[in-house]
Amino acid sequence: MSEVALLWGIGIAGVSGVPGLFFGRYSFTGQCVTTALSVAGSVLGLTGVGLYWLAADGRPLVLPWGVLGADFSVAIDGLSAIFLLPVFLVSILGNIYGLGYWKQADHPENGRKLRLFYGVMTAGMALLVIAHNSILFLFGWESMALAAFFLVTTEDHKAEVREVGFIYLIATHVATLSLFALFALLYVISGSFDLVPLNENSMPDGISTAVLILALLGFGLKAGLMPLHVWLPGAHAMAPSHVSAIMSGVIIKMGIYGLARVLSLFPHPPLLWGGVVLGLGVVSGILGVVFAISQHDLKRLLAYHSIENIGIIAMGLGLALIGRSLNRVDWILLGLSGCLLHVWNHALFKSLLFLSAGSVIHAVHTREIDHLGGLARNMPRTALYFLIGAVAICGLPPLNGFISEYLIYVGLLGTLQESGGPSFTSAAFAAPALALIGALAVACFVKVFGAVFLGQARSARSAPAHEAPPSMLLPMAALSVCCFFIGLVPGFIAPLFEQAAAAWAPELRDALPPLSTLVPLGRIGVMAAALFAALFLGSLLLWARLRNTSVVRHVTWGCGYAAATPRMQYTSSSFAQILVGLFRWVLRPRIQKPAPLPLFPKATSFHSEVPDVVLNEVVLPAFHLNARVYAWFRIFQQGSIQAYLLYIFLTLLVLLFWR
Amino acid sequence: MVQIIDPLLIAALALNFVTLGTSRIRAAIHAVALQGILLGLLPLFIHPHIGLRGILLVLGTFVLKGFVVPAFLVHAMREVEIQHEVTPFINYISSLLLGALGTGMALVFAHTLPLADEHTGLLIVPASLSMVWTGFLMLTTRRKAIMQVLGYLLLENGIFLFGLLLLEAMPFLVEIGVLLDLFTLVFVMGIIIHHISREFSSMSTDHLSELKE
Repeated sequence: MSEVALLWGIGIAGVSGVPGLFFGRYSFTGQCVTTALSVAGSVLGLTGVGLYWLAADGRPLVLPWGVLGADFSVAIDGLSAIFLLPVFLVSILGNIYGLGYWKQADHPENGRKLRLFYGVMTAGMALLVIAHNSILFLFGWESMALAAFFLVTTEDHKAEVREVGFIYLIATHVATLSLFALFALLYVISGSFDLVPLNENSMPDGISTAVLILALLGFGLKAGLMPLHVWLPGAHAMAPSHVSAIMSGVIIKMGIYGLARVLSLFPHPPLLWGGVVLGLGVVSGILGVVFAISQHDLKRLLAYHSIENIGIIAMGLGLALIGRSLNRVDWILLGLSGCLLHVWNHALFKSLLFLSAGSVIHAVHTREIDHLGGLARNMPRTALYFLIGAVAICGLPPLNGFISEYLIYVGLLGTLQESGGPSFTSAAFAAPALALIGALAVACFVKVFGAVFLGQARSARSAPAHEAPPSMLLPMAALSVCCFFIGLVPGFIAPLFEQAAAAWAPELRDALPPLSTLVPLGRIGVMAAALFAALFLGSLLLWARLRNTSVVRHVTWGCGYAAATPRMQYTSSSFAQILVGLFRWVLRPRIQKPAPLPLFPKATSFHSEVPDVVLNEVVLPAFHLNARVYAWFRIFQQGSIQAYLLYIFLTLLVLLFWR
Repeated sequence: MVQIIDPLLIAALALNFVTLGTSRIRAAIHAVALQGILLGLLPLFIHPHIGLRGILLVLGTFVLKGFVVPAFLVHAMREVEIQHEVTPFINYISSLLLGALGTGMALVFAHTLPLADEHTGLLIVPASLSMVWTGFLMLTTRRKAIMQVLGYLLLENGIFLFGLLLLEAMPFLVEIGVLLDLFTLVFVMGIIIHHISREFSSMSTDHLSELKE
């Protein structure tokens, strides 16, 4: 039943953009039709997920399907249900947001294309999550990946957009190629395309290692784990904001889903696997946030935070893997719940942040943090929503980010307990790393919020900013409410994650304890509510006191300067300077300083930027080297049809006489 | 039946050489059209109990290859006002020699193929291989786009002939699909020829190499 509702939802969402194509280039009606269809499809999909949670039957739905010899077989289990929720939720909210943000009348040349692929991408993601065999999984995966390419290149008249689109396309093709190899290997091992647990006894060591490497490469590229993240910052920055929201909130989670799903097929993974995933998570988390601090582009900064959060998610997954190798159900439950809850949380608060960043960009038409300032005065609601998202992403109570990071903390520190069983104490070293990540994230969002929303306008651009229309504020409000909901009543959703853990490690299904025996979720909820109430009362008190007093505006004390200007505020780079300096060895900032000033200084300029190290110093040079090495290959590309046909003919001849 | 099939095939093979040896585009078009007609008639003799779909196939092939496609090509030729392929990459004598060599090879090669018993004695397999070979020769050695279209047609004739062996086993849809492909191909090539000639005021494919970057 739930599968049928889901499939209908996927179908409707997938074709939602088609009717819109028949409307005019400036037609608001067409935009509404598409949005309504897409929202309807996603709501139907959500209904399917809800039905599953109410009454799970868990049997796969198999329809005969003549494509490539595999059936059309879909199944929902606890794990896929967890991932379906953000897919549909963020898609609904993004669609509504798009009504005001990307009006057809303002974007006649690409609005219809954008909405068409938005639906295709939603459908692709939902399909891959419920796919029960690898062929169908790849179908969903490719629809998602290619639709995302067209979404990233929505504004393909800009050269910079085409460039990041190209990088994305290469990355996604490498990922898909590894997945082809991965699923071929799994087919060799298990003899079928179905995604069912494997019998590891019949498997040589080399093959399972190859499976891990291919899975990390294929899914890690999509998820944006640190050395594989090269496509992510540019693509997130250049896409329209509601596309960035779904890309950062949901698409990269599909990499996590794939990794979790494939790893769940191995009942007894080697201990090293968990260690590798945990280590990658730590690297990704720390470097992600460090790069984020050094950015000046609002959306690029948020994109690096996605890398950081993927790192946190991977840490949870690594912990769960370690638990599975050592048969520690408490680690599995804590690690996997932390991982999956953080998937939800990141989908919520990162979408919220991207949507509010979009509303800033909509108002001021620049992403450059150093051109903004003082926006809280003109855009109070956007500022509030951004603040909620920022508090959540920093993992501070009483919001949702705290809960998932807390689960991972408890699990990581739990590896220190010597309770007689096997142990892996070095995993506990990840706990201080997580703390470091949290602290750096706070620093980063203090910088962003301060530079963008507080202070005074740094340039003429941000002075006349206007508040976003209701269609853009509503999705942000909905996401904020969700953030508070998870933060205040975490016990309510805990059973869903127990179900997911049972689906991930089916052989330990009966041994899993309830989550509330490991973590005092009820008490956390009460504390969060108390904190929330205190905050609310405090601000109420402050408001009441300020209401009747006259507030005098004054410039900040400016070191004795007589004529302070808004340009003397902390900029984003000056705020981050100490931290960037500490991590200079990895960030390699490019700074152009003026020479020491003469007695009567002339106009001069200062410029600093932190380009992506992996992209600019590893990937691109490697590609250029490759291009030089294979330059001789050009002699085969003469541009003559006859020569190309000859190649085909010769190939056919070789094939004919083969053997 | 063999008494009728083999002469038809030999005539079709002879038309291969006409196409290879002529520089006049109109003659080559007519030769290929005639070959299409001959091949279109073949199913009637190969499968005595042919049924309705077989008749339909014969009719479709007959009309499309014998009349529609040639008419279209003649029209394209008139439009670009070119009558002769003047400078092929390989001259006509050598083309003929290569064609003869290929046909001989096809005869030898067909013997080594593991065919079903009822097909071993027939000329069908070598003839189809020889047509494919001729088609490739045309495709790789001629400069004019219209001659290349004829190369594709010869290639398709060879494939069609091979497919006749499987007429009973192959779904109707596939045959229709092949015919549709052919029609689309000619149609598209017609448009491309038109564009090449308009863009470069000639229909030689040499100019396309300017587009290679």
